[in-house]
Amino acid sequence: MIKAEGLTKHYGALKAVDGISFKVEPGEVLGFLGPNGAGKTTTMRMFAGFVPPSAGHAEICGYSISTQAREAKSRLGYLPEGAPSYGEMAVGEFLDFIAAIRGLRGSAARNSVEEVIDRLNIRDVVKQKIETLSKGFKRRVGLAQAIIHDPPVLILDEPTDGLDPNQKHEVRQLIADMSANKIIVISTHILEEVDAVCNRAIIIANGRILADETPEALINRSRYHNAVSVKLGRDADMEAIATALGKVSGVAQVETASDGRVVTAFPQADAQILTAIGDLAGAQAWPLEQLQLESGRLDEVFRTITTTEARP
Amino acid sequence: MSAIRVIAARELKAYFATPVAFVFIVIFLALSGVFTFYLGGFYERGQADLQPFFGFHPWLYLFLVPAISMRLWAEERKSGSIELLMTLPVSAWDAVVGKFLAAWLFTAVALGLTFPMWITVNYLGEPDNGVIITAYLGSLLMAGAFLAIGSCISAANRNQVVAFIITVVICFIFLLSGFPLVLDFLAGAPQVVTETVAGLSFLTHFNALSKGVIDLRDVMYFLLVIVAWLYATTIALELKKAD
Repeated sequence: MIKAEGLTKHYGALKAVDGISFKVEPGEVLGFLGPNGAGKTTTMRMFAGFVPPSAGHAEICGYSISTQAREAKSRLGYLPEGAPSYGEMAVGEFLDFIAAIRGLRGSAARNSVEEVIDRLNIRDVVKQKIETLSKGFKRRVGLAQAIIHDPPVLILDEPTDGLDPNQKHEVRQLIADMSANKIIVISTHILEEVDAVCNRAIIIANGRILADETPEALINRSRYHNAVSVKLGRDADMEAIATALGKVSGVAQVETASDGRVVTAFPQADAQILTAIGDLAGAQAWPLEQLQLESGRLDEVFRTITTTEARP
Repeated sequence: MSAIRVIAARELKAYFATPVAFVFIVIFLALSGVFTFYLGGFYERGQADLQPFFGFHPWLYLFLVPAISMRLWAEERKSGSIELLMTLPVSAWDAVVGKFLAAWLFTAVALGLTFPMWITVNYLGEPDNGVIITAYLGSLLMAGAFLAIGSCISAANRNQVVAFIITVVICFIFLLSGFPLVLDFLAGAPQVVTETVAGLSFLTHFNALSKGVIDLRDVMYFLLVIVAWLYATTIALELKKAD
C-alpha cells in the first residue's frame, strides 16, 4: 500500500501541492490527471524521495519516505518526468548499472536485464548510446530501468509521452500485464489513457485533489452521459425537430451544433431517452443519418472540474 | 559500500567515454613537463630529485582540478539524471563519495602517467625514491582536497562555469593562506589567528610531504579537508537537488 497524508510542498509563497491525502492498494492503477503545473510531478517526486515535503508525510509499503528512505526507495520503481538517464552510456551498460545499484548480482542481475530488454522490445538498441536514441526508445529505456527489480510499487511520470500510437499501445499493455499484484501510479494528460489503463483516477489542480473516482464514474459526471445525438439529412426542418425533441419526456435541454445538422438532447438526471427519441424519429419519419447514444466525454468533465472547482 | 563502488565504477567509465579524460590527461602531462623542464630548471639545477616537478603541482591543480570537479553535479542536474540517481536506494553520502572517488582515481591515473619523469631522474642520477613516493602521495592528497572543494561547489551550482570560477577562487584562498601576502595582512591579529590561517594552507602541508617528511598531521589534514568538504557536498545536495 502507498499512502499520502496531508502531503504539502511550498516553493516560497507558491503552494505546489496543498495537503493531498490518498491511499492506493495493490491491483489499483491510479491515473493522476491535471493541467500542467497542477502538482502532479511534485507529488510523484515527493513519493520518490526526490523532493522533501514541506508538511505531511508519505509511505511506501509501510516505510516512510523521509525517515526510512532506503527501504521505501528499494520497493519503488520510478520513471522521472522526461525519462532522464546517462546519455554517454550504452543501453545495456545502463541497465547493468541500475541492476547492480538495486542490489542484483550475478545471474539474477543478468536475467532481470535480459527480461526487461525483451519486455520493452529494446534488444536492437542494446549496444547503442542512450543519447543517440529516439524519444520513444529513451522512454522505453526509462521504463525498463523502473521495472528491472520487479518492484511492488511503480510510479511513472508520463510513461507514454513521445511514443507513437503503436508504442503507446505496447506500454499500456505492459502496464495492464503488471497491474494484477502491483500498485501503479501514472500521470498523464492524455485522457483516453486513463480510460484505457487506469481503474482509478485522481484529478488535481492547484495542488489539491478535485476528484477521486473510477474513470467510469468520472465519465458519468459528463452532461453528455446518456445524451442522444441525432444527425439529419440536408432537407430536414431542424427547428421543428429540436422543438419536438424538447418535448420528449426526460429531456432536459436540446442543443443544435454549429453546423446545423446535429441536434443533441441532454437527459434529466438518470433518465433514459434513447428509446423515446428513436420511436419519435420513426413516427415522424425524420431523414435520419445517425442516431447515437453518447457515453460521456472525459475531456469535458476534466475541463469542467479543473476550471470551475479549482478557482480559489 | 557496494553502492559507492557501483557509482564510482560507472563514473570512471563515463570519463573515458567522453573526450574529457583524454584532453585532461594530455594537458596535464604536457603542462607538468613544461613546468618541470622550462620553468623549474630541471637540468640546470643539477640535482637528482623531482622538486621542480612537484613544486608546480599546486598551481597546475588550481586550474585543472576545478575543470574536472565542475561537472560532477552540475552536469547531473543539467541532464536531469540527478533525479534518477537520488531516487535509487542509495544515500546522498554514497553518491557523493562514489562520484568523488571516481574523480580522484581519475586524477591518480593522470598523476601515475607522469612516471617517465621518475624513470628519467633515476636514469640521470640516484634520487631518494622514498622522497619521490611521499611527494606523489602528497600530490594525490592535495588533488583530493581540491576535488572535494570542487564537488561541493558543483553541488551548490547549476552552472558549470560559475562552479569552475568559484572553485578556483576558494582553492586559491586555501593555497595562499600560507603566503606572506595573507599573513602580513593579518599581522595585527593575535598569533593564534595567524597560526590557524597558516595551518589551513594546502601549501604548508604539501611542501612538507613533497620534501619527503611523512608527518601524520599533514596526511590527516588533507583527509579531514576531504571528508569535511564531502560532508558539505551532501548537505548542499540535499538542499538543492530538486532546484
